[in-house]
Amino acid sequence: MTNSTDNSPETSAEKNSKVNTNMSAKDNSARVSTTLSTTSSTTEMVALSLKKRHQKERRFKSVGLFSVFFGFMLVIVLIGDITSKALPAFHQYWVKLDINYNSNWLGVDENLTGLELTKQLKKANYRKVLKNSIYPVFTEEPGKKLARKEKRQLFKLFSTNAEFTIKDSLLSSPENLQQTVSIWVRLDDDVDSYLKEDFATGQAGLRISKKQAQWLAKLDSEQRIETRFNISFFTSSDSREPELAGIKGALMGTLLTMFVTILVSFPLGVAGALYLEEFAPKNKITDLIEININNLAAVPSIVFGLLGLAVIINVFGLPRSAPLVGGIVLTLMTLPTIIIASRAAIKAVPPSLREAATGLGASKMQVTFSHVLPQAMPGIITGAIISVAQALGETAPLLMIGMVAFIVDVPTSIVDSATVLPVQIFLWADSPERAFLAKTSAAILVLLTLLLIINLSATMLRSKFEKK
Amino acid sequence: MNNSIKNILSKTLVVISFSTVALMSNITNAQGNGRDTITAVGSSTVYPFSTVVAERFGKNTNFNTPKIESTGTGGGMKLFCASNAINTPDISNASRRIKKSEFNMCVKNGVNNITEVLVGYDGIVIANSNAASTMKVSRKELFLALAKNVPAKDGSETLVPNPYKLWSDINPVLPANNIEVLGPPPTSGTRDAFAELVLEGGCKQYSWIKAIKKQNKSKYKEICHSVREDHAYIEAGENDNLIVQKLTANPKAFGIFGFSFLDQNSDMLQGSIIDGQGPTFEAIADGSYPVSRPLYFYVKNAHVGKVPGILEFLTEYTSEAAMGEEGYLTDKGLIPLGEEKLAKVRVRVLTLSPLALN
Repeated sequence: MTNSTDNSPETSAEKNSKVNTNMSAKDNSARVSTTLSTTSSTTEMVALSLKKRHQKERRFKSVGLFSVFFGFMLVIVLIGDITSKALPAFHQYWVKLDINYNSNWLGVDENLTGLELTKQLKKANYRKVLKNSIYPVFTEEPGKKLARKEKRQLFKLFSTNAEFTIKDSLLSSPENLQQTVSIWVRLDDDVDSYLKEDFATGQAGLRISKKQAQWLAKLDSEQRIETRFNISFFTSSDSREPELAGIKGALMGTLLTMFVTILVSFPLGVAGALYLEEFAPKNKITDLIEININNLAAVPSIVFGLLGLAVIINVFGLPRSAPLVGGIVLTLMTLPTIIIASRAAIKAVPPSLREAATGLGASKMQVTFSHVLPQAMPGIITGAIISVAQALGETAPLLMIGMVAFIVDVPTSIVDSATVLPVQIFLWADSPERAFLAKTSAAILVLLTLLLIINLSATMLRSKFEKK
Repeated sequence: MNNSIKNILSKTLVVISFSTVALMSNITNAQGNGRDTITAVGSSTVYPFSTVVAERFGKNTNFNTPKIESTGTGGGMKLFCASNAINTPDISNASRRIKKSEFNMCVKNGVNNITEVLVGYDGIVIANSNAASTMKVSRKELFLALAKNVPAKDGSETLVPNPYKLWSDINPVLPANNIEVLGPPPTSGTRDAFAELVLEGGCKQYSWIKAIKKQNKSKYKEICHSVREDHAYIEAGENDNLIVQKLTANPKAFGIFGFSFLDQNSDMLQGSIIDGQGPTFEAIADGSYPVSRPLYFYVKNAHVGKVPGILEFLTEYTSEAAMGEEGYLTDKGLIPLGEEKLAKVRVRVLTLSPLALN
């Protein structure tokens, strides 16, 4: 196959030259018959055709420029759109509340000290503390209580995490028991979205009633509301509450999965390519293997997921949802690409290099590892990085092996349950809460950044190997 | 050159061997100690509710946060019923009751002690953009609009391929717009429930079709559950958010999805009134809205005690604060059971009474 492709340009070039000579022969006979000076007419003809040929060149150049420009525009529109949608996810609104740690509301015996107290504080009723601390502030007339419906509306302004925030605060400084302390807590995602859009103060908005808007206006006028950088987007894991959800878990899952993928697929792929190119005899079996590898590269990725479920999980009994299994499945997917790219790179190393080394008495092994491999390395790395980047964005095969899941705990090893960034994007895009829309876009930005880093490191590695 | 490559190779080898050792020790750990995290699989409709409970459970207790996979009801049952081994899931979420065939598969594989938990109800809504007027429609009309074959217009007892193009063709009261409904694909539990509750509900109002049920159940099902395939019903994928976006862009189209999406997007969408009843929270809860379905999950009792926290998780799930009338699950769009039913469910669940299907 390679021989035929090598030969074809030569044969076509030969044909062309034959056609040319034929044509020029005809032209010459014509010119002789017209008895014009041949030299001047050739120059004229060249001058005439020159304009046309330059025009052709210019036309091609402008078409090329347009296509580059068009592609570039698409990328800018895409990234611009995602970024504009993602921006609200990077900051969020907090509110300062005066919390009264009343021991009766907490259900804690105030006379306790030390360990016993900590134990009780851990189990105390912080919801009640939160409710009893905020209701009096919003009662319009002293002595009159809020209606049940109003209470529900009021309580909905604050994140469900607020009770855990005040719990953590009291646990870290237990001396605040029986005191009233000002604590910053997150606002609910609906309120957060409301404040980020331009509604007039006190006006009802999406999912915010007029009453709630007035309460918010009151809080704002007392300077109890402020906006902060949403650090928890990077430091916390998935959550069903948009104001708490973060990408740390998915990011760690992605890194662990990629670690396994690179670790398994790169050595295997390069070894396979080296063997097939340098050592394997050329016969029907190796031809068959080559065809199979090329076919594998085109198999839909979900098939590898099914294989992972049937073999890796069911036969070998590895845990579901683990980056280890995910990495192995993605290895199956990337391996053909790496082998094909590596073989192309190895093939491109000039044979003279091998011959020279062999001539100086180097063994086949020495020739391969000391001369061929270093020369082929830039090409191999490019191929490997491209296939890893492809694996980075894959969700379909991971569905089968249980990585499409709600996982809160951040994975620390390759056998912990984990999900990956594209899966996280998929899960958030599917959530009913509208604030997840911004989170989805923000997660896409993180994924794109990761891709950029990988590609940059590939370029750096390649130039490093090329210098050698 | 020779040396540098050898260096790189040897370094890689060291890294590989180290990581393999770390990896192996981890696996033996994981298998030796059993499992310390509850795992659940199953329906993507129950997923939003189970995940909320799981997250709170993880925060409130010292147990790990349970892992909830979204595999679809059928896929979840397959995994759940595979065996009693510790690496199979403890809980299976379902947007319909377990089928007899699934229960038999469970029993055959030794999973014969499972507890059924009724979580609450989910309404299925037919909604359009706020910009258009609210549609009042009956289930019979919906069947005529969306079924593959419908009774002929002349009143004879024959089926013809669905001839209706406009809503007003079915009933002049309805708007003169093209029938255009975006809905979930056949793999979805929402689609199953829609076919069963709406299409079949309208279909069996024809007494001669209902009569077929007694003679030939599969033919009856084919008539009543088939959805037309001529672009009046558009399969919009499993992503309900996508349907919501398409509806706001096209006020003439209707969408089919779960009540929680309508609840979250009530500023942009409105639910159609079906058989005289709109999809409100109260109407679904008291059963007067005709298109609602129960949501369940199933617990593998053999794992209680082996995987820490299952009983505590069940306690949290069935607590007043979660599943109750004003629990946090209702904020996420779950329609609660009502006090009496919840009390019954709680007793049955906490005593782990085994499910027996007749």
